[in-house]
Amino acid sequence: MNTLSWSFLDILLVIALVLLAGAALRARSLRQSIILFIAFGLVTALVWARLRAPDVALAEAAIGAGLTGALLLTALRNRPSEESRLVSNNGMRWGGRWGNVAITVSVSLVALGIGWAVLYGMNDTQSGRLAGQVGSALELSGVSNPVTAVLLNFRAYDTLLELAVLLAALLGILSLGGGRATHCTVDPIATSLRGWLVPLLILTAGYQLWVGAHAPGGAFQAGALLAAAGVVQHLAGRAHAGLPVGAVLRVLMVSGIGIFMTMGLWTFLGGRGFLAYPQRWAGELILLIELFATLAIAVTLILCYLGSEPERRRITPAGSKP
Amino acid sequence: MLDWISTFLILAGVAFFVSGTIGLLRLPDLYCRLHALTKSDNLGHGLLILGLMLRSDDLLTALKLLLIWILVLTASAAASQLIAQYSGRS
Repeated sequence: MNTLSWSFLDILLVIALVLLAGAALRARSLRQSIILFIAFGLVTALVWARLRAPDVALAEAAIGAGLTGALLLTALRNRPSEESRLVSNNGMRWGGRWGNVAITVSVSLVALGIGWAVLYGMNDTQSGRLAGQVGSALELSGVSNPVTAVLLNFRAYDTLLELAVLLAALLGILSLGGGRATHCTVDPIATSLRGWLVPLLILTAGYQLWVGAHAPGGAFQAGALLAAAGVVQHLAGRAHAGLPVGAVLRVLMVSGIGIFMTMGLWTFLGGRGFLAYPQRWAGELILLIELFATLAIAVTLILCYLGSEPERRRITPAGSKP
Repeated sequence: MLDWISTFLILAGVAFFVSGTIGLLRLPDLYCRLHALTKSDNLGHGLLILGLMLRSDDLLTALKLLLIWILVLTASAAASQLIAQYSGRS
């Protein structure tokens, strides 16, 4: 893949990307901005797919377009209604025209720099590139999908820290407090949609988790799909979005980091170094870590969407009327 | 022969997509736009999928495409119902 071949489709995609980004920034209302942003995310996913990066495409479609869109829309809904009609780009006013020129020039320079780096990197065919190193060490990793090998084995430390960042973000959101009005709708269409969509999403999440070992997929994609199942449940009238309550929920929140740290300490005390898996069990250990990471990511994303922990369901004794 | 049928189906699907998009842009209110979108997109999408199924290498790919069609069909039908209901309520 050393040559950069452009097709007509690629040019259309790039033009659509730039136009959508501009339209999202200049939209009349925040709602329009968000919807254009979701469309931007979907086109970005297509671009990643065209760049032969299906893992990133899946994550972008699920998290970047889907869940972030839901998150932004629910944030917009919780604002006072007049504010949403305000012009969205009034934040740009600080610099006036010269400010805009400065922003445009610097962003263009950064874009040109990145483009130059990519072109330069793609022409460099020496084996010193990281992709070559990953390819030659792939059989040591326990999985055959190079992306999973990097995320969960070679650079597992980075993934551990990503989970920590997610947890920190969640703690910030939760400490800002609940009190958010839930907007569940109970109607037959939403309920029947939930009835078949949620099991399908859970099944697909399990598939993504399993297939990540040898094909595009993995914990982040699976977690995003599970979170989508939660969001659908919430929208279709289940206020708790399918989440458990209390201690179980908190354990799930930290389970991704927990299993990672346990593995790290275990290999560390075994004299191998932090997160250096024994090669015989690497595949199984990666699957185990990904399983809990999936659950933690899903719970985190659902809680970000809800904005607060769901309330304890009231347990009414049998026979009494609530 | 199969190639020609597939090309015809894909082109017919594209035509439905184009008419749906024109409807979305030109029709006056939300209900008319939803009508244009759901009718022609579902049919256009179905024709597109059918055309692509004829071109797929194996049965599994064809079945996956069929699954995508069913998913999009149900999801977009439900979504347009919900949009119409929501706009009627507020």
